[in-house]
Amino acid sequence: MATPVFEPWNDPDEKPLIQFQNVSKRFGDFTAIDDLTIDIFEREFFALLGPSGCGKTTMMRMLAGFEAPTEGKIFLAGQDIAPVPPNQRAVNMMFQSYALFPHLSVWENIAFGLKREGMPRNEINARVDEMLRLTRLEKFARRKPHQISGGQRQRVALARSLAKAPKLLLLDEPLGALDRKLREETQFELMDIQEKTGTTFVIVTHDQEEAMTVASRVAVMDNGQVKQVATPADIYEAPNSVYVADFIGDVNLIEGKATATGKGSYALHWRDGVEPLTVESQNIFSDGQTAHLAIRPEKVTISADRPAKAANAVQGKVLDIAYLGNLSTYHVELPTGDVIKAQTANTRRISRRAYTWEDTVWLSWTASGGILLAN
Amino acid sequence: MRRFLLISVPYIWLLALFLVPFVIVLKISLSDAAIARPPYMPTFDWAEGIWAFLSQLDLENFTWLIEDDLYWKAYLSSLKIALTSTILTLFVGYPIAYGMARAPEEWRPMLMMLVILPFWTSFLIRVYAWKGILANEGFLNQFLLWTGLATEPLQILNTTTAVYIGIVYTYLPFMILPIYAALDRMDDSLIEAAEDLGCSRMSAFWLVTIPLSKGGIIAGCFLVFIPAMGEFVIPSLLGGSDTLMIGKVLWEEFFSNRDWPVASAVAVILLLILVVPIVLFQRNQQKEQESDT
Repeated sequence: MATPVFEPWNDPDEKPLIQFQNVSKRFGDFTAIDDLTIDIFEREFFALLGPSGCGKTTMMRMLAGFEAPTEGKIFLAGQDIAPVPPNQRAVNMMFQSYALFPHLSVWENIAFGLKREGMPRNEINARVDEMLRLTRLEKFARRKPHQISGGQRQRVALARSLAKAPKLLLLDEPLGALDRKLREETQFELMDIQEKTGTTFVIVTHDQEEAMTVASRVAVMDNGQVKQVATPADIYEAPNSVYVADFIGDVNLIEGKATATGKGSYALHWRDGVEPLTVESQNIFSDGQTAHLAIRPEKVTISADRPAKAANAVQGKVLDIAYLGNLSTYHVELPTGDVIKAQTANTRRISRRAYTWEDTVWLSWTASGGILLAN
Repeated sequence: MRRFLLISVPYIWLLALFLVPFVIVLKISLSDAAIARPPYMPTFDWAEGIWAFLSQLDLENFTWLIEDDLYWKAYLSSLKIALTSTILTLFVGYPIAYGMARAPEEWRPMLMMLVILPFWTSFLIRVYAWKGILANEGFLNQFLLWTGLATEPLQILNTTTAVYIGIVYTYLPFMILPIYAALDRMDDSLIEAAEDLGCSRMSAFWLVTIPLSKGGIIAGCFLVFIPAMGEFVIPSLLGGSDTLMIGKVLWEEFFSNRDWPVASAVAVILLLILVVPIVLFQRNQQKEQESDT
């Protein structure tokens, strides 16, 4: 029996845990959040992704209660949380700086929130021990925050914010201070812990790889607006705008005028005197409308000869090769002056590489390889 | 050799400017008063030899200090005034330091400047100015009479209250600066984290802000207590005849009584009393440094 797919956002009966309804937040003249409506469901691992200053941190701080929305309402489990102060919300936050209390030991840091609740001592002991086990910190319980490493501090911060078993856990750039290797390990740990505890996680990050790895859904934000909310695969394969396509991963963008050639099929006239490109698209375009073809470099095939059956093929010269070890990205300059990126997996050793600088090559892709976007 | 030289500089400094003067004072305190120049005996004479010299020294002055209740009363009263004014300074200084640390970034250098500014005029003149404020026909009383808060002038000048006002005013910057330094270093997100974990504003202050500024509070208290203990100028300018402070007693022994040996004995005891808080202060500083690394 297959396990049911976790997709509460597609279930009309499912009640969202968090609802943003037309929320705006302004600081003086500056609009940090602009008329934002979003639903987040229970047990989701929801990522807010965007460049710095896009309003993602403001959104999180409104959830935690450190900022109040200027307009609109935020509901947590159906209840308007505007009048609830931060210390009474069933929401805990893991701070970017971790904000561990330097005068308290790891154990006392984790117990801090429980003590404020007035939990009996033996229950606190049991709960803290459980958290220490969950985050593998048993050995460091007596240490002060400055006596442990960055990765351990990060886990203390996580344990402390999870200790009160919040309905919602907010993570503000939680892995920003860790080096790459540790960050990748910790991402999986976070997912593991999220699954074990069943807590709803909202993570703020500017690192798209991180968002794609951990999240069940990603909201791409820009200038206080949500550009797209979708699963990582949809965000990557079916971006709804040039901004999202460009923000997530690497992409070739080709601008041109679309002409319908059949049902869901278009010809993209992108340069005078050059053969138009054949594109299949779900989005509807009127004849002559400006359209952008977004195609990922790994969907572009590179070959020495013109492939026989390719829907689209262009010839060019290798301008640059970015060697990443497992992959190589070829920057190919077309006679028109445009540069198209093609990516191939390095299945052979580098000494046997087929193409090198200045080689004339053919680039080809299928009609459905890319996506046609209006803006 | 070079290292030895480098280390020896502060030690030579201490030897010449602290230890040698202290030994001289200690010696005078063990001597007898005399109508002579200098006003004590014995003085060291090469011809008589060191033993003859040492045999003339005794603890007579220290016994005198214990027998006459003026001295231990003055010590106790100084201790009480110094302690009380340290606590008062803390209560006035902490909110000021807190306000400074919370002020917008661009205001802080200016606020800091305002705290330090009084040091630019002579301490003596500033204390003297308080006489004008606190006197019976001074500004404060005139203001109180004008507002109707008092029907007759309050006697503040020449009382212990005036001494407290003077000490708190004078030493306030010494309290504010270390506390401000501690609060300024503190990460604001710690308070948010405390609130996020269920603290009210008030309990976040007690559980996070106060413990994290403890180092500054302790440093500030010592910086006020130690000089307040031996304070002489403030009680003699603002205090009355009933304000007993050891600094004043010391002054009178030296200059009015010209009894250098007794005055030296008073100074030696004062130093011994202050050594305890100074050692504690050093310990605290050391612990601070260790926990920072």
